[in-house]
Amino acid sequence: MFRKLHEPLTEAITIYVDGAPVAAEPGESVAAVLLRQKEAWSRTTPVTQSRRAPYCLMGVCFDCLAKVDGVASVQTCLTMVAPGMRIERQQGKRSLSA
Amino acid sequence: MSEVDLLIVGAGPAGMAAAVTARQNGLDVLVIDDQPAPGGQIWRSVETVAATKRGALLGEAYAAGQASAAAFRASGAVYEPGSQLWQIEPGFRAFVTRDRQARVIKARAVILATGAQERPAPFPGWTLPGVLTVGAAQILLKNAGEIPEKPVWIAGSGPLPLLYMTQLLKAGGRVAGYLDTTPKGRLMAALPHLPGALGAMGDLLKGLGWKAALKRAGVPVVKHVAEIEAVGTDKVEQLRYRTANGREAIVSAEVVLVHEGVVPSIHPPLALGCKVEWSDVQACYVPVLDSWGESSQDYVFVAGDGAGIAGAKAAELRGHIAALRAAVKLGRLGEGAADERAAPLRSSLGRELALRPFLDTLFAPRPQVFAPPDETIVCRCEEVSAQEIRDLVKLGRPGPNQVKAFTRAGMGPCQGRQCGYTITHILAQAENRPPGEVGFYRVRPPLKPVTLGELASLDQQEPVA
Ligand code: FES
Repeated sequence: MFRKLHEPLTEAITIYVDGAPVAAEPGESVAAVLLRQKEAWSRTTPVTQSRRAPYCLMGVCFDCLAKVDGVASVQTCLTMVAPGMRIERQQGKRSLSA
Repeated sequence: MSEVDLLIVGAGPAGMAAAVTARQNGLDVLVIDDQPAPGGQIWRSVETVAATKRGALLGEAYAAGQASAAAFRASGAVYEPGSQLWQIEPGFRAFVTRDRQARVIKARAVILATGAQERPAPFPGWTLPGVLTVGAAQILLKNAGEIPEKPVWIAGSGPLPLLYMTQLLKAGGRVAGYLDTTPKGRLMAALPHLPGALGAMGDLLKGLGWKAALKRAGVPVVKHVAEIEAVGTDKVEQLRYRTANGREAIVSAEVVLVHEGVVPSIHPPLALGCKVEWSDVQACYVPVLDSWGESSQDYVFVAGDGAGIAGAKAAELRGHIAALRAAVKLGRLGEGAADERAAPLRSSLGRELALRPFLDTLFAPRPQVFAPPDETIVCRCEEVSAQEIRDLVKLGRPGPNQVKAFTRAGMGPCQGRQCGYTITHILAQAENRPPGEVGFYRVRPPLKPVTLGELASLDQQEPVA
């Protein structure tokens, strides 16, 4: 859906989305990376399991929730990438354990 | 427990300005913000981006944020980015999570500088991946240098879509078309406010400049669009629209960006029990404030767009003004000195605010924003449709809190930030009473979801009263 203005990335780091290595740039949000993927979504909803993708990018919609380094329901638009970070798209029910 | 004189929530234009003034008057200041860097939404990533090529295409108003951020950094205020405020109690005790650790901050005064959010404007399909707000797309451009891959459809009203399209074109992006949702006759209605707005002529001219740039670039514009619908299964595939005079079209689309103005972020003041009042022209609640920005709750101030939408310059002025009064109330500044210093700030603020009646009338949201078709999901979190809300009305005369209890609308992680005003409006129409009378959800802690792990981390440090 989205693309970087500059490609290839300068100072690229690698993060993992559902196990697959993906290039990212220091300083950008995890949500920004997700929106560049071929499958540009972050989670499915607890009620009807429909797909959602980051919508507001400023922390007020919670559609960008995903599992980050093992922690469920993280707002990826407020989370900056870090080398080796592991992102998992989140399915269905939110988990309250962390 | 950390203890400070002044807790500032938000590090955008208002919060940064307030911190600078509060520090100049000897207050001990802590600034918390959920973003990773100072600047708020308008100056997102400004410290790292302003001096780059991307900064140049974002324009002068963006670059101006660099000086403000530098002054803030040099102010001596303690700054904790990446902090989520999830509860604040009178007294004041603020519960904050940072790096998955919760803690309590005690403060003698609080300035809420939490800004604004884009007005939720539900339509069928607005939850599909591929639908984002224009503000979101602009944040992607600022923060990540990222633009829609294919020519993008933009639907909405107000200055932000015009500004974003201008920036996008400069960056080498393409616009498939702009569906202008401003209703017919708005310019005529706004014209009587024009003389008052002339003091802010510069901003008006800027707006006209953006329009001219779009015209030169040949961006197709469809005027008076009244209804839109995003169609697709797992993501947006098509966009359907209908104009006020009944012209309909279906176009293929991958990304649809929408914007129907901005509204103050009202949850923090509501959580503190600050009085709010309904603004008919902006169709939202605004906190009731005195001329210093102090709310109905002693020692609680609201500054910036959270005090009423007025833009970055006004936000900075309001931040300085609120901090002066906080310094007076905490015994660091005389009343006379504060009055003297506030006078020039107030006259600049007056000039900024003079533009608002014109803009607010010109860009008042189209009525359809508040009357989505039955099948529209109004609560994104719990997936409650407009129909379900309307069905409830047949059973009685529920208020927003009953709707919440019956349907779970407003109970999800966003805490009604996306559905609150829609529920208020649907009830107002169905029950035939003014929205201001219907009211808003009661805001309860936590303001942001907290995990059990985070709560436990709090327990280890402090007994919770
Ligand atoms: S995209 Fe809305 S909260 Fe992250």
